Amino acid sequence: MELLLFLILFPVLAGAILLLLKGDRFQGMGVKLAALVTGLASLYLLVSTFGKGTILYGYEAHSINDLILVCEIVVTLFLLYMGLKYRSRLVIALLLIRIVMVGYFEMTWAKTMESTHALFVDQFSVIMALIIGIIGGLICLYSVGYMRDYHAEHKNVPDRRNIFFFLMFLFLGGMFGVVFSNNLLWLMFFWEITTLCSFLLIGYSKTEEATKNAFTALWMNLLGGIAFIAALIWLSVVTNGTGSVDLDQVLTSGKAIVLVPAVLIGFAGLTKAAQLPFSGWLVGAMVAPTPVSALLHSSTMVKAGVYIIVRFSPVFNGTLSGMMIALVGAVTFLLASAIAISQSNAKKVLAYSTIANLGLIVACAGIGTAEAVWAAILLIIFHAVAKSLLFLGTGTIEHRIGNKDIEEMGGLIERMPKVTALMLIGMAGMFIAPFGMLISKWAALRAFIDAPLGLFFVIILAFGSALTVFFWTKWIGKIISVTHRKKNIEHTIPGTQWVALSIIGALTILICFLFPVISATVIVPFVTGIYGAATFLSADNLLIMILMLALVLLMPISLVYFRGKGRHTGAYLSGIPEAPDETYMGSAGTTREIALRNYYLADWFGERKVLAYARPIAMILITAMFAGILLPGVIL
Amino acid sequence: MLMTAIYGIAFLVLAPVAGGIIAGIDRRITARMQGRIGPPLLQPFYDVGKLFEKENLQVHTTQQFYILCYLVFMAVTGVLFATGQDFLLVIFALTLAEIFIVLGAFASHSPYSHIGAERELIQIMAFEPMIILTAAGMYLVTKSFYIRDIAASAVPLIMLLPGLFIGLIYVITIKLRKSPFDISTSHHAHQEIVKGVTTDFSGPTLGMIEIAHWYETVLLLGIVYLFFAWNPVIGILVLVVVYLGEIFADNTCARVRWQLALKSSWLIALVLGFLNLGALYFLRGVI
Repeated sequence: MELLLFLILFPVLAGAILLLLKGDRFQGMGVKLAALVTGLASLYLLVSTFGKGTILYGYEAHSINDLILVCEIVVTLFLLYMGLKYRSRLVIALLLIRIVMVGYFEMTWAKTMESTHALFVDQFSVIMALIIGIIGGLICLYSVGYMRDYHAEHKNVPDRRNIFFFLMFLFLGGMFGVVFSNNLLWLMFFWEITTLCSFLLIGYSKTEEATKNAFTALWMNLLGGIAFIAALIWLSVVTNGTGSVDLDQVLTSGKAIVLVPAVLIGFAGLTKAAQLPFSGWLVGAMVAPTPVSALLHSSTMVKAGVYIIVRFSPVFNGTLSGMMIALVGAVTFLLASAIAISQSNAKKVLAYSTIANLGLIVACAGIGTAEAVWAAILLIIFHAVAKSLLFLGTGTIEHRIGNKDIEEMGGLIERMPKVTALMLIGMAGMFIAPFGMLISKWAALRAFIDAPLGLFFVIILAFGSALTVFFWTKWIGKIISVTHRKKNIEHTIPGTQWVALSIIGALTILICFLFPVISATVIVPFVTGIYGAATFLSADNLLIMILMLALVLLMPISLVYFRGKGRHTGAYLSGIPEAPDETYMGSAGTTREIALRNYYLADWFGERKVLAYARPIAMILITAMFAGILLPGVIL
Repeated sequence: MLMTAIYGIAFLVLAPVAGGIIAGIDRRITARMQGRIGPPLLQPFYDVGKLFEKENLQVHTTQQFYILCYLVFMAVTGVLFATGQDFLLVIFALTLAEIFIVLGAFASHSPYSHIGAERELIQIMAFEPMIILTAAGMYLVTKSFYIRDIAASAVPLIMLLPGLFIGLIYVITIKLRKSPFDISTSHHAHQEIVKGVTTDFSGPTLGMIEIAHWYETVLLLGIVYLFFAWNPVIGILVLVVVYLGEIFADNTCARVRWQLALKSSWLIALVLGFLNLGALYFLRGVI
């Protein structure tokens, strides 16, 4: 109990102290210390709750509820002020709706709705806490050096680093709150905290574009927040104020009661997880400094969205609404992967890949069978690690080469061999056998094939994974191409970045080796706790995967053998007059460099083109999801 | 366990032999179709042997590493198939192997191999959905993803999966590097991207690519054979017919643009996959 409160409150307190610290040295030390404590505390949570299953903690909720209400009013008023200041009518309207709904709930129902256990922890919460604490902590650590460079480069952006670090840690605290809250009121409060933090962090640079994108993120997430409070009101009305707002109670209260709130909260999850048609805010969020993107994409925010959908997945299992949520996820997976092909901005590729993978998680959660939930949790873990590595790596590259365009990353292996190796690990982790995400996709495919309407999901996954191979491999091809022109510039990378990058890189590989253990000791107990017995990937397949992984990691040793073997010559240029160093000889003694560009297939997969039909499809599916509430009896 | 090891080792040793002989037959038949006599049956082996005697010439050291990985993982894929492992695992391992040849081509930073690499990626993208749907179809019939269970099934898979069979034959042309889909390597000379993916490989490295391709050929034919595994005689006959058909197509079709290759492969995978799998789901009473 104390540990949970510590994990929620410590980052907030640490952030508040950081708010007061000025100057590189103190800020740096403060962030390092706070990140270390947060990471260790989340590890300690794993140790202290290991093998104990679900633990519920009672609390004298009403006094704290008042405190939370006050905080919530402050947050709402602040957002209202921002909405007025920047004249965002949409945000103001949504906030007013929200105020009316919260007010109605607090006046009419809040006193009688029961809550016996405000906090809880189970295996899934622990997994989420580890992701938030360790990955989130490392991202904060990384941001120390990054933000120093950032402000050196962006002189026009006012240096508000103390606020930046405060928000980063507040974000972590809010996320811990989301995953430990059993009381849905508390959960909703922490949910809004993550909305607030993401809004402010996206708008950090205060440029026009940043502000605009921050407001996009805000209104989309506020829409989800309204669905959340609507769920609570529905729960109160249907039980006439005598029901419970505790997650564990709600989940077991029978589909007749829980389906409507589940769909509403699922909708909130879809907005937060940036599923179509709400993908725009996450793509826009890349204007923020890269550590913010890393945080949003890997360990916080979007993970809160999929977390809540996975929590409710037993409810979705076998319902029409659940099937529609799953289809939203599957369609998002397919189309976001397609858009990723057409992007040359590294952060946009990463953003669409995140959206796609979240789609896969949502698809698994919407189907809601034991195998699907198992696959969803695996996806969450692997994605968090690999994606944070890729974002941080991209941030490092961006600051060295002054560009985040993939086309500018040619010959990166000469300029930054170690960073390139880490990027390769991260990208391999995203799509290649025998690394993490592929194991999860495999599991997802097996879960889909036996599900109702599995046909659609299998076909979508088959095409989606082909798209995935394309956009990752061409990026890898870019950074490993050898141009013979570039100098090594790796020595300028700050130490904190190396620490964060190497630890996450090591984790990416380590988790692939350890995942059978993680599965057996944490995920399987969680899933069987809900569903009873179930079958997962068999032991012999896991063994083969691990052997293959070992082989992949051993293969680079052959480079030692190949070094110095054979004679080197220029690439074949078909007899065209060539000069040294890969240049063509032009007329009158000029030389022209070879410039190679990847395929982007923009005619097929351009962002506008795909979104033009992706959004209507997703809206139809979401409408069908709500319509599914009317047919609770329809069990597929 | 012992049998598994025997199958695995047998594949490692015999598959390149079989693949090389198939390549030899291929070249002779192709020659006859073109009104030539053609090389001796064992010519592919002489060629590869000679490649290994040649000077080891490269653009960059890492190329050899990527191609070694290509060969090793292609062999691993074949062994996984021959020892009856999970079909999906075989598909993923195959993709892994192919990614390495693409990376080898990217590494040299030359215009021809670069375009070859991009096209090879498009070919992978064109091929992949169909093979995953094939695995899904075989699972729906036999209730197992294991190749050993699928191969041991007494059900004539071809009767239940005719759509997937046709689709697979169509996309396998891509993997066998046959016209009209030979868009990344250009086996027929005098084309705009020289030798595409393989342009910047020579000597032993090119030899490794050839051997990997032999493994791949045998693996692909093995997958086709699964449709007829209930009757080995028919199975072998079908393989002969299928391969002859591929040679015929290779010699009669002009190479298409990648757009058409990708579009048609996807369309066939989508339509035939949907109809065939849909029928199976219907039969299972799921839908």
